[in-house]
Amino acid sequence: MTDSKPFKIAIASGKGGTGKTLVATNIFHTLTGKGIKTSLVDCDAEAPNAKLFFEGSLEHSFEVTQQVPAINEDLCTYCGKCHEYCHYNAIFILPPARVIKVIEDLCHGCGACTVACKFDAITEKPMPLGEVRRYTLAGNHSLVESRMKTGVYSPVAVIKAGIKEAGNGRMVIMDAPPGTSCPFIQTVDRADYVVLVTEPTPFGLSDLKQSVETLRGMNKSCGVIVNRAGMGNRELYDYLEQARIPLLMEIPFDRNIAHTYAHGGRLEELDPHWETRFLTLFEEIKKHYGNSHHQR
Amino acid sequence: MEIAIISGKGGTGKSSISAAFATISEEVVLADCDVDAANLYILFNPEHEEEESFVGGEKAVIDRDLCTNCGLCIPYCNFEAIVFSPEGVVISETACDGCHLCKRVCPHQAIRMVEIDKSRLYAGAFRNGRMVYGRLAPGEENSGKLVNLVREKAQKQSKAFGLKTIIIDGPPGIGCPVISSITGVDQVVIITEPSLSGLHDLERAADVSGSFGIKTRVIINKADLDEAMGDKIETWCKERGLEVVAKIPFDPEVVKSMVNCKSISEWAPDSKTSQILRETWKVLLNGKG
Ligand code: SF4
Ligand code: SF4
Ligand code: SF4
Ligand code: SF4
Repeated sequence: MTDSKPFKIAIASGKGGTGKTLVATNIFHTLTGKGIKTSLVDCDAEAPNAKLFFEGSLEHSFEVTQQVPAINEDLCTYCGKCHEYCHYNAIFILPPARVIKVIEDLCHGCGACTVACKFDAITEKPMPLGEVRRYTLAGNHSLVESRMKTGVYSPVAVIKAGIKEAGNGRMVIMDAPPGTSCPFIQTVDRADYVVLVTEPTPFGLSDLKQSVETLRGMNKSCGVIVNRAGMGNRELYDYLEQARIPLLMEIPFDRNIAHTYAHGGRLEELDPHWETRFLTLFEEIKKHYGNSHHQR
Repeated sequence: MEIAIISGKGGTGKSSISAAFATISEEVVLADCDVDAANLYILFNPEHEEEESFVGGEKAVIDRDLCTNCGLCIPYCNFEAIVFSPEGVVISETACDGCHLCKRVCPHQAIRMVEIDKSRLYAGAFRNGRMVYGRLAPGEENSGKLVNLVREKAQKQSKAFGLKTIIIDGPPGIGCPVISSITGVDQVVIITEPSLSGLHDLERAADVSGSFGIKTRVIINKADLDEAMGDKIETWCKERGLEVVAKIPFDPEVVKSMVNCKSISEWAPDSKTSQILRETWKVLLNGKG
C-alpha cells in the first residue's frame, strides 16, 4: 500500500458492547506500534468513548453545525409556502394570528423553505449539532472523536465530519456506531473493509445476519471476529460457513480479558501473543480485501 | 406503570435484564423499543397476531425517460445526494434525506418520491403476557417514530388485556429513539457496567433522563468484575442523587439461559442473580418514588 489514499477499516457490530471498541483500539495499538501512521475515528457519536483508552492532548476541535432558517417577521407575509415545502413539519404557522416559528429540533437543514419564500423573509443561521475533536497521541498518531449533542435528530453530520477530519494517514480505523440504521451505513459507506464483531449467542447471530445483509446490499466486503468465544453455541459458526464469511479471529470468553478491557488496558499486556495475533489479523484483512477486489 | 430500561450503550446486559423482569411474576406487556436491533423476540418467540408496516421515510428517484440531465436539481440538494454519473444525473439512495426539494425544482417532473415501508411492527402473545416489537429496515432513520408506534401499541395492549405493567426495553445511546422511549414513562432504569466506558455512558444516559425529570434508578451489572470501579460508579450515583437499586454479579448462567432461549429467571430461578432480580423488580414495582 504505497498510494496516498488511506486504507479504511470500519469495526462494527449489530449491537454495542460486543467488544467493537476493544478490537478497534487493539488494532490501532498494534499498527501504531509498528510505526504505521494511523488515525482512529470514533464514529459512535452518541456514545463516543475510545478516548478513555488513550492518553493524548487535544490538538484541535470544531463545532459541526447545520443551517436552520431564521424568519424575518417584518418581511414575512404569512403566505405559508415555507410550511408547505417543509417535509419535516419544522415550520409552525398560524396566519390569522401572524405567528410563525421554526422548530429547530425538527429541522433537517434541507433549505426547501428558503427556496419556497418569495419575499426574502428567510435567511439561514448555523445551529450546533455536535463537535469533532482531534487528539494527538504518542508517536504523532491521531484520535478523532465525533460527539453528537443530546437531542439532535441524527448523528450523521457529525460522523461525516469526523471521518473527513481523519484525513490522510496510511490507515484509518473507524469505530462504527452500533445497529444497521443510517449512522452505521454512513460510516461503513466510507470504509474499504468492514470487520463485524459479534458473540456466539442467538442475540449475536441475529444482529450479525442483519449487518451482513445490509453490507451485502451495499456491496461491501466484510469479515467476522467472534468475541467471548467458547460461551454460547455453534450456530454462529455454521452460519459463517454457509454464508462464506471469513472468520478473522476469535477472542475467548475470559474474565481477565473483560477486566483488562474495563480498565482500558490492552490485550497484549495480558499476553504478548496478542500483538502477533492482531498483526496477522491485519494481514488477513488486507488479503480478503485484495481478493474481493480482484473478483470485481 | 411504564418502566423503561435503558443504557448509554448496548451490551450492558440490558435486554437480558428486561427479559428477566418480564418473566418474574405477573403477566406484563413487553415493548422492545430497540427497533434498530430488536432481539427479545428470539427469547420469547411471540405470536405475530398483528403486523403493521411502517413508512420510515421517502427517497427521491429519477425517471430516466423524463430527465434531460440538465443538472438543475444538483445544487439544490443540501445532502449532496445528486451527482452526475456516466448514466446521467443520479440520486444516491443512501445519501437522500427525502426532503422533496429536488422534485419541486425539476422543470421536467422527472423526480418522484418513493415510500420506504420495509420496517415492521409486530404484536402478539408471549409466554408471560403480550409483546410488541418493531424492526427498522436497514438504513432507515426515523427510529424515534417507530418507537412511538411501538409504545402506543403497547399501551393499547395493556388496556385491552388488563396488564398493568409495561416494560420498555429501550435502544442504546442518547439519541432521538431513546428520548422517544422514555418520554412520559413512570420510571427509568439505567443499566451500566463497572468500567471506564460504563461510567461515561451512564453519565450521558442520566443526563438525558434527568433532563426529563423522570425518576431514575441504576443497576450495576457484572458488578464484581471490577469492584473498585463499581464503587466509583456508586459514589457518582450518590452525588447525582441516583439510587443504585441493584448490583448484579457476573454470571455465566445468563449466557447459557440466552442460548437456551430463556431468561435467567426462567432458566435458573434459584440462582443468586435471579434472586437479586426478583428483589429489584419488587422495589421497582412498589416504589415510584
Ligand atoms: S430547512 Fe428544510 S427542514 Fe428546515 S425548516 Fe426549512 S424546509 Fe424545514
Ligand atoms: S414563505 Fe416566506 S413569506 Fe411565506 S410564510 Fe414563509 S417566511 Fe413568510
Ligand atoms: S432537474 Fe430534473 S431533468 Fe434536470 S437533471 Fe434534475 S432530474 Fe433531470
Ligand atoms: S429529496 Fe432532498 S435529499 Fe433527496 S435527493 Fe432530493 S433534494 Fe436531495
